[in-house]
Amino acid sequence: MSTSIHSGSNRIAGAGRLTPAKTVRFTFDGQNLTGLEGDTLASALLANGIHLVGRSFKYHRPRGILSAGSEEPNALVDIERDKSRKQPNVRATVQEIYDGLKVKSQNRWPSLTFDVGAVNDVFSPMLPAGFYYKTFMWPKFAWKTIYEPKIRAAAGLGVVPGEPDTDRYTNRFAHCDVLIVGAGAAGLAAALSAASTGAKVILCDEQPEAGGALRYESDVTIDGVSGHEWAAATVAKLRAMDNVTVLSRTTAFGYYAQNFVGLVERISDHLSNPGSDMPRERLWQVRAKKVILATGAIERHMVFANNDRPGVMLASAARMFLNQYGVAIGRKVGVYTSNDSAYAAAIDLKRAGVDVPVIVDTRDDPSSAVVNEARSLGIEVLTGHAVYSAGGKRRVSSMSIQPNRGGNERKVAIDALIMSGGWTPSVHLFSQSRGKVAWDAENERFLPGTYAQDCVSVGACNGTDGLQATLDEAFAVGGGNAKSISATGGTDWVGGMIGSAPGAGADTTVKAFVDFQNDVTAKDVRLAVREGMHSIEHVKRFTTNGMATDQGKTSNLHGLAIAAEALNRPIPAVGLTTFRAPFTPVTFGAIVNHARHDLFDPTRCTPMHAWHAAHGAAFEDVGQWKRAWYYPQAGEDMHAAVNRECVAVRNQAGIFDASTLGKIEVVGPDAAKFLELLYTNPWEKLGVGRCRYGIMLREDGFIYDDGVVGRLAEDRFHVTTTTGGAPRVMHHMEDYLQTEFPHLNVWLTSTTEQWAVIAVQGPKAREIIAPLVEGIDMSNEAMPHMSVREGKICGVPTRLFRMSFTGEAGYEINVPADYGQAVWEAVYASGRPLGLTPYGTEAMHILRAEKGYIIVGQDTDGTVTPQDAGLTWAIGKNKTDYVGIRGLLRRDLVADGRKQLVGLKTVDPKIVLEEGAQIVANPNQPVPMTMIGHVTSSYWSENCGRSIAMALVIDGTKRLGETLYVPMPNGVIEVEVTGTVFFDEKGERLNG
Amino acid sequence: MLLIKCPYCEEERPELEFRNAGEAHLVRAAPIVEQSDDDFAAYLYFRQNPKGLQFERWRHIHGCGRFFNAVRDSVSDKFLTVYKAGEPRPNVELLLSRPAASPDPVEQPASTRAPRAKKAEV
Repeated sequence: MSTSIHSGSNRIAGAGRLTPAKTVRFTFDGQNLTGLEGDTLASALLANGIHLVGRSFKYHRPRGILSAGSEEPNALVDIERDKSRKQPNVRATVQEIYDGLKVKSQNRWPSLTFDVGAVNDVFSPMLPAGFYYKTFMWPKFAWKTIYEPKIRAAAGLGVVPGEPDTDRYTNRFAHCDVLIVGAGAAGLAAALSAASTGAKVILCDEQPEAGGALRYESDVTIDGVSGHEWAAATVAKLRAMDNVTVLSRTTAFGYYAQNFVGLVERISDHLSNPGSDMPRERLWQVRAKKVILATGAIERHMVFANNDRPGVMLASAARMFLNQYGVAIGRKVGVYTSNDSAYAAAIDLKRAGVDVPVIVDTRDDPSSAVVNEARSLGIEVLTGHAVYSAGGKRRVSSMSIQPNRGGNERKVAIDALIMSGGWTPSVHLFSQSRGKVAWDAENERFLPGTYAQDCVSVGACNGTDGLQATLDEAFAVGGGNAKSISATGGTDWVGGMIGSAPGAGADTTVKAFVDFQNDVTAKDVRLAVREGMHSIEHVKRFTTNGMATDQGKTSNLHGLAIAAEALNRPIPAVGLTTFRAPFTPVTFGAIVNHARHDLFDPTRCTPMHAWHAAHGAAFEDVGQWKRAWYYPQAGEDMHAAVNRECVAVRNQAGIFDASTLGKIEVVGPDAAKFLELLYTNPWEKLGVGRCRYGIMLREDGFIYDDGVVGRLAEDRFHVTTTTGGAPRVMHHMEDYLQTEFPHLNVWLTSTTEQWAVIAVQGPKAREIIAPLVEGIDMSNEAMPHMSVREGKICGVPTRLFRMSFTGEAGYEINVPADYGQAVWEAVYASGRPLGLTPYGTEAMHILRAEKGYIIVGQDTDGTVTPQDAGLTWAIGKNKTDYVGIRGLLRRDLVADGRKQLVGLKTVDPKIVLEEGAQIVANPNQPVPMTMIGHVTSSYWSENCGRSIAMALVIDGTKRLGETLYVPMPNGVIEVEVTGTVFFDEKGERLNG
Repeated sequence: MLLIKCPYCEEERPELEFRNAGEAHLVRAAPIVEQSDDDFAAYLYFRQNPKGLQFERWRHIHGCGRFFNAVRDSVSDKFLTVYKAGEPRPNVELLLSRPAASPDPVEQPASTRAPRAKKAEV
């Protein structure tokens, strides 16, 4: 055996398909290492003789590399390009190496070879399955504060990155006739066939190159060439076809309804210096008319004592490392199997010059040709024997062999051990598609049974045995004209065993791992059954078997078989857990994709936004809207700015951006009739040019929305809604119009963003805007409070409302949105000499509260009727129908004891109550007190010179003048119940 | 993500364009003020929520804006059929028995511009 010192001492010259001259340098825990271009991290580490790669989740046991694929449960590492591009829990068997790759092992402290947490292994008799549930129950508070943080720190996998991910992720939607998952022999044959019909085909495979098992099967010939050559030629042919898309390094991770399949394509994780414009991953959302699953099978390990020692790995993995990467996993490799497929690995290793002292086969009398072939190469074959235990700690050093039923033990020195428990068909995606699996009792495996979607499985994942049969089946499914692909060789997917092997059976307490990633042993599964878990769903949750990020790809069937044996029930009766997406872990980046930063959620700005920003406004988020909150001047805090704004509105005038109010144009001969049905108020008799405050209820009688509605013509209304309620009010109106009142001839149009709305409020409002207005008589007589006129302002068409949400005389100027800022600036310039002051939403809230005007959603909460809110006057007394009319008649809505809206004045006027604070009648009662209401709005009112508040209080209107109490952490606050109007109670200012 | 056929647009569109609007064929009584407490409670609150086929309303809110009805299996999420608001409840047995490839049963013409969905069945 000759070796190449450049790329690792275990590299075998002439073996594998990598080019010896193309070396790649990388580091593992700071150690400089060299691999070859095309290596996975696993193959490069093994080439350098490194098996110890990580520590286990719970017991901190040393762990190595189990597999050569995405099913890997053990070899999880941390990859760091820089601080913001750091990925924990990367499977070393999937990550390709590149120049400068930096790898760190995980879950160990202070180092991989000496790990303090490994005491868990010593104390493991005290840490059985379910241990956490029982031990950390008391005292109750300690779980959150002590136990959970400590356990989480000690257990677990990698560490999450501390900085936002700076990588770029992209997204693509695709439609195709046929999506083929897996580019092994079956997938390639299906793709060739489907492509030949002209169908639009997408073929994806999680590996960097196509071939699947053909990549390591050294004995396969297809159409006269080796399996690997055939795969490469077939992919080249497919790539050249216009109707075929071949995606490598692409995992189909989720299979959703109606043949919607999520793929994630890894674009730059294998590159040393990906260009800055290159995305890291691409999410594909594929809608396929037909899906062909060619996902193959996953080899199982053998369940025996210390089967987790580094150097113990799947036979197929050893074969892949040898035949693809040219790496011998050891110099002296033992073999433990229960089926034929490990023999092929043993034979390949032996032929490559590796010492294979013994094959231990649990079968009493295997008759296959490979057995004789192994013997003819000089390998000892022990049938009817089992490996009772693996020796060594950080690397396997020996195997202890006994006859199946016990007897003389023999110890063989080794430095690696390969095993095969047989093959588990990959039905993950089939199961995700909601297909029902069926139990194949003869071969002890679950296979696709009933399909739920237009989908078909081919090859090993369908239980099809033999390469020729697989190719024939796949080609037929692809729909192409009959063509024969002739093949010889290939893996036999049947045989093997599930459950614990001899030596790890029911009467032993050895640590024989079922689930490596979650540290679940065979005895844990038995314990779960003894503790009363009789369904596999319960066993799974109690032991966490199959619940790690590998989703139990190697462990599920073993766990199931052990549970079934302990329960003495057949396997299908114990049941298989459902497979869920994702098949393998998917980065948050791929899912979140472009939806970050500015693209996370739309931001809505009013037409005057730039003006607010230029004038120093602080903004408040209201839904997606950015609203000017207040306009602090130099040296002002929020409190001072808001007080100044509030006083200015009442003494001179204020200008306010009300553009975010929802606006709906209700048009048609039956418009008034429609509004009669949607609002509590009467509308038929509202004169053209007049406005009315309307209340909208849900069918249950509770307040849904409110707003001022202006009548522009007999058949045209300008409806306003709350800022947050606009879309749902529109939806609600459309619902009733389309489905309940379709006889009404009405059209609804959302006009929220068509109008900019400039509110000018205060005693000088008319004086400020009158010079700018044309064609409207603005005198008090001609245009009283609650009227609307159409005309021009600054030469721009306007709908001018005289209305008020401040209690002052005021106007709301509606102009087409594009003119919003220009008109705003003109109004501001006109009003500036008169003291016109911009005010924000905070001042608006205070000003309306001074007048007792409610805000739906703040002073109401979905359980408040118009009567509760003191708005009985807004209900049309003579109406026979409107939405909510029947709801309002419900017994509980008219009974005594309802919470009603009242005002509250603190006895100490300086104290401002907290919104949401609870109200009691007697502050001396024992805790828990009887709460009779809560504060809904509370502010400091500079205009009133005191604090003001509104509250919902049981039978509140009967309590006017009563003293109530608001208990707070720092003492009880005494309050007086009042009416809701705190300023200008007679409302005279509205008409000024 | 489901594909849903809008019976007005006569096209399958992604689920994102639609909003579910609850159980179909609920009847708002006329005159509603005279409805008994029990009947009103049933109309307002009580829903079938069946495991299996359910009649439900959808709105093509980011498309044509119309409300329509659908029969969907709440277990498999599969739509058996969709039909315009105001059309009667389709015969589920008939739909289940016909071969999957055959077209939807002939739809009755809607008698009004925006026929009522909830009142279709009294």
